[in-house]
Amino acid sequence: MSKVDKLWLWFHRMASPAYFYNIAGRLLPWIAVATIILMLVGSVGGLVYAPADYQQGDGFRIIYVHVPSAWMSMFVYMVMAVNSAIFLIWHIKLSDIVARSSAVIGASFTFLALVTGSIWGKPMWGTWWIWDARLTSELILLFLYLGYIGLRSAIDDRRVAGRAAGILALVGAINIPIIHYSVVWWNTLHQPASVSKLDNPSIELSMLIPLLSMALAFKLFYLFIVLVNSRSELLEQEKRSQWVKELVTSQ
Amino acid sequence: MNYRNAFMAMLIRDLRIAFRQRAEIMLPVIFFVVVVSLFPLAISPDPAVLKTIGPGVIWVAALLSVLMSLQNLFRSDFDDGAIEQILLSPYPGALLVLARVLAQWCVTGLPLILISPLLGLLLHLDFHIIKVLFVSLLLGVPYLSMVGAIGVALTVGLRQAGALLSLLVLPLYVPVLIFGSNAVVSAAKDMSYNGQLLWLSALLVIATTLGPFVISSALKVSCSYR
Amino acid sequence: MGEGTGDIPMMEFLNMGGYAGYVWSSYGIVVLVLYLNMFFSRRRHQALLRRLKRLHNSTDNNES
Repeated sequence: MSKVDKLWLWFHRMASPAYFYNIAGRLLPWIAVATIILMLVGSVGGLVYAPADYQQGDGFRIIYVHVPSAWMSMFVYMVMAVNSAIFLIWHIKLSDIVARSSAVIGASFTFLALVTGSIWGKPMWGTWWIWDARLTSELILLFLYLGYIGLRSAIDDRRVAGRAAGILALVGAINIPIIHYSVVWWNTLHQPASVSKLDNPSIELSMLIPLLSMALAFKLFYLFIVLVNSRSELLEQEKRSQWVKELVTSQ
Repeated sequence: MNYRNAFMAMLIRDLRIAFRQRAEIMLPVIFFVVVVSLFPLAISPDPAVLKTIGPGVIWVAALLSVLMSLQNLFRSDFDDGAIEQILLSPYPGALLVLARVLAQWCVTGLPLILISPLLGLLLHLDFHIIKVLFVSLLLGVPYLSMVGAIGVALTVGLRQAGALLSLLVLPLYVPVLIFGSNAVVSAAKDMSYNGQLLWLSALLVIATTLGPFVISSALKVSCSYR
Repeated sequence: MGEGTGDIPMMEFLNMGGYAGYVWSSYGIVVLVLYLNMFFSRRRHQALLRRLKRLHNSTDNNES
């Protein structure tokens, strides 16, 4: 058997619901453990070992949750868009399930990026909300997520909902760079350049390690949620099938 | 019938149907005028204030009236099954959808653009600013129609689509709103506004080339729902 | 900050240089939202398993 054949075999087995369900179930505890360890490393590193910022003092430590949330909010939307494209083109159901499972957690990350950014803004800018480029982009991204979730839940038929929401996710993905660019451009017109304190702090190793481990922890947490949700979706979709029957009656 | 004839036939049919319901096509324009004239009452009739908020007010009002005018874009054809016929016809669905959106733009978008100089006068905008406003709306409103039509196509099968439609579409309108109103603001400050107008043109080109394909596939999805 | 477990360094740590309210509320809300995501996802999965078990058990009984 050649390597390519093996790869195809693996691919087909992964796409088979029962196999995916089992593999995901076996992976979940490991992902959970890794997430917890990385989160602890990130928080202890960020809250204790990383130096306080010379301008912003300890308030700066919010960066270790704000920036990973903001990164994840973009990342999850891209995952949704790519999976929507795969579903629309090749009709792979698993992709639709991944896209569907990502929506709420993606919106949660966006919400967290907004809230922590706003809490960070209070001591830095003296106000809870400022129309800063990053916060404004996140707000619009949140609207995109809410639209996606709204459209999905408005359509009863699961397959149709997947295709309609998939089209919306793709349109949104094309628009996100344009929206981001226009908001940044609009922001530079209306704000003096020095305001954006959230951007580009000078990075040292003692800050980079907690930041990266937090980012990785968030990514693994997202993977955890997607796998749990996908397993639920698979059960629901295949509830009459033989493997589900064996699974639930054997317990 | 070649593609061109099919396109023209569709366009003429849609225009004819639209003109039959004259009251309905006037409503978005009236809405536009009413919304804009509420702002002096709500904020201040002071010409200096109106000059600063004017461009933004007109753009936001235009955006909302376009959205309102689009709500019934595919409604009657969807209900009586004509959309299926259109999509099943031997002509590309994207082409016929483009004709439909163009017809809609002619009967609701164009009047909106034509009446905007009058609203500019109401808000004390100078003549050269009104010119920029006019051009920016001319470039921006077709984009609004095209992108809005995507949202309409996705929600046409739903009963209560109105609020969902605005949630889907309004975030996508952000770039056009920024560049459009900013072109006018820049003109008022005697700054260059070519960049903004070029951006609006670029967005319009993207929307008219990709939009019809997205709309027709969205309509296919919505039709499979029934 | 690192060495002592006495009261003063601990208080200093919790105080966050005067930013305690901001820093701890940020971390708190992150933990809360992520926890809620996990809680509801897992609860849905458990409930689904239970429901499907009942479903398949009842169909088994009908068949036999």
